[in-house]
Amino acid sequence: MARYLLRRFAFLLVSLALASVVLFVLLRMLPGDPANALTSVGASAEQIAAARESIGSDKPLPEQFAHWIGQLVRGDLGTSFISSLPVGPEVSARLNVTLPLTAAAFALAVLIAVPAGFVAAYRRRTWYGALLSGISQLGIAIPVFWLGMILIAVFALNARWLPAGSFPPDGWAQPGEASRSLVLPVVTIALVMSASLIRYVRSATLDVLDSDYLRTARALGSSFGQAMWRHGMRNASVPVISILGIELASTLLGAVVVESVFALPGLGSMLATGIAQHDYPVIQGVLFISTLAVLIIGFAADLIQRIIDPRLRAGLSGGVR
Amino acid sequence: MSILDIRDLVIRTADGRTLVDHLSLSLAPGERLGLIGESGSGKSLTSLAVLGLLPEGMTMSGSIELGDTQIVGASERQLIRVRGHDAAIVFQEPLTALDPLMRVGRQIAEPLGRRRGLKGTALKRAVTAALEQVRLPEPERIARAFPHEISGGQRQRVALAMALACDPRLLIADEPTTALDVTVQSELLDLLDALVREREMAVLFVSHDLAVVAKVAERVLVLKDGRAVEEGAVRDIVNAPREQYTKTLVDSARQLESALVQRSGR
Repeated sequence: MARYLLRRFAFLLVSLALASVVLFVLLRMLPGDPANALTSVGASAEQIAAARESIGSDKPLPEQFAHWIGQLVRGDLGTSFISSLPVGPEVSARLNVTLPLTAAAFALAVLIAVPAGFVAAYRRRTWYGALLSGISQLGIAIPVFWLGMILIAVFALNARWLPAGSFPPDGWAQPGEASRSLVLPVVTIALVMSASLIRYVRSATLDVLDSDYLRTARALGSSFGQAMWRHGMRNASVPVISILGIELASTLLGAVVVESVFALPGLGSMLATGIAQHDYPVIQGVLFISTLAVLIIGFAADLIQRIIDPRLRAGLSGGVR
Repeated sequence: MSILDIRDLVIRTADGRTLVDHLSLSLAPGERLGLIGESGSGKSLTSLAVLGLLPEGMTMSGSIELGDTQIVGASERQLIRVRGHDAAIVFQEPLTALDPLMRVGRQIAEPLGRRRGLKGTALKRAVTAALEQVRLPEPERIARAFPHEISGGQRQRVALAMALACDPRLLIADEPTTALDVTVQSELLDLLDALVREREMAVLFVSHDLAVVAKVAERVLVLKDGRAVEEGAVRDIVNAPREQYTKTLVDSARQLESALVQRSGR
């Protein structure tokens, strides 16, 4: 296990290093010049050159890259071209919105999808089992922003139960207000996420229901519930956990859409603004933190699967895929 | 008084196809009956039906009396009381029949604890004893192993130990050696034979292989397309098969044997 952890950690560092190179290079391949955003329309060549010098974009790319990496290693995400404020504190302020949003949506999605997916499998021959599968198929086709707008229309504009968007300026200092403004975004993400999760839980459950070990347990006197509890859940959880990891990561990255719809000051909207303004340090900082989060989520999912499934620890592919 | 009495059992699929057609058989306490037929003859379904474990969508009619319980139409509650108690089963594929994520010892402890109400150290000792009884070397090590860490023959011994842990009056063996190597196969048959004789346990032995059935069973019932075509003592069936299908079975078993005799140069 220690060797595995070491190897997996090395893999994480290498992935992170590669990702930083890729995002740095790709960003500079985009058309447009950050200096334009700093100067007014019709600025002279000298003004633009001065602007480039002030933000360091006149230096050769390797030097800029080395400068950025040097900052990262010291735990500094750099300084915004536009606001001249450090990126790090801004990112952590934004995470105060995005992390609770993602975590709550994820938890709600699991709470919906696990029982619903189980029923869709176990009762697949009944009308409500089929209905659940149908709803989940339909749900996969629904775009997040559309659902978000529908929920706003129904619960905020019509019923006036919840705010249509925005976040209190002093954030979690007003916990009630802050939580209320996250309710609709959380529900939006959770519904869309659970639609695809239900499908995976359903198929994992079907595999278990069809399994010989479940039949063995029942043949020797376990009730269906006991057999499911002792053998079924663990076995079904192995494939579902890898999907959960992917879903969690993509929700974190996809938060930009929901944050725009609900006007939330999260990481996603920070990225969107950064891109609009060619603010390289902001874009790099946000993407670097997101990449790190995605890698850590993948690591965690992998680790949990290994703890559950001894065949993975033994290096066998097992019955997982 | 028989411990298993099947009368006019009919098993149908959801779309109405008949897979087992008016099958009747009965087993006296301690009797060992072989159920033989090719794949698709309905022999495995019959053994599942005895425990009320037919695959979803299949229906059965007729009568299956296991001990004092009528299995056809029984509630899940009644079935749970019967399973493992009046009859236990060993399945064909020992790798998938065991939970891949659970240590072997805990899997044996499950029916043992339920059946005998044991806990803690007493349960642990009983698990070791159960593994010893199926002649597994180093029972403590095997108890701590996961199914993928032991061999196919060892896994099937574990499955046998789980079935015997219930101390059933009837042991159903559904092609228990088909997935095993030939050498392991005969060892396991000897073991099964010895264990059920010691316990005077009745056996319903399902197989497609007449030679395997002959080793364990004293009586055999030949099944073809869900129907019983012939029934009798193993010796009579082998020496004087009446039905054409039985003759084919006996001939093919003989052919294999004679090939062996020829090649060995005797």
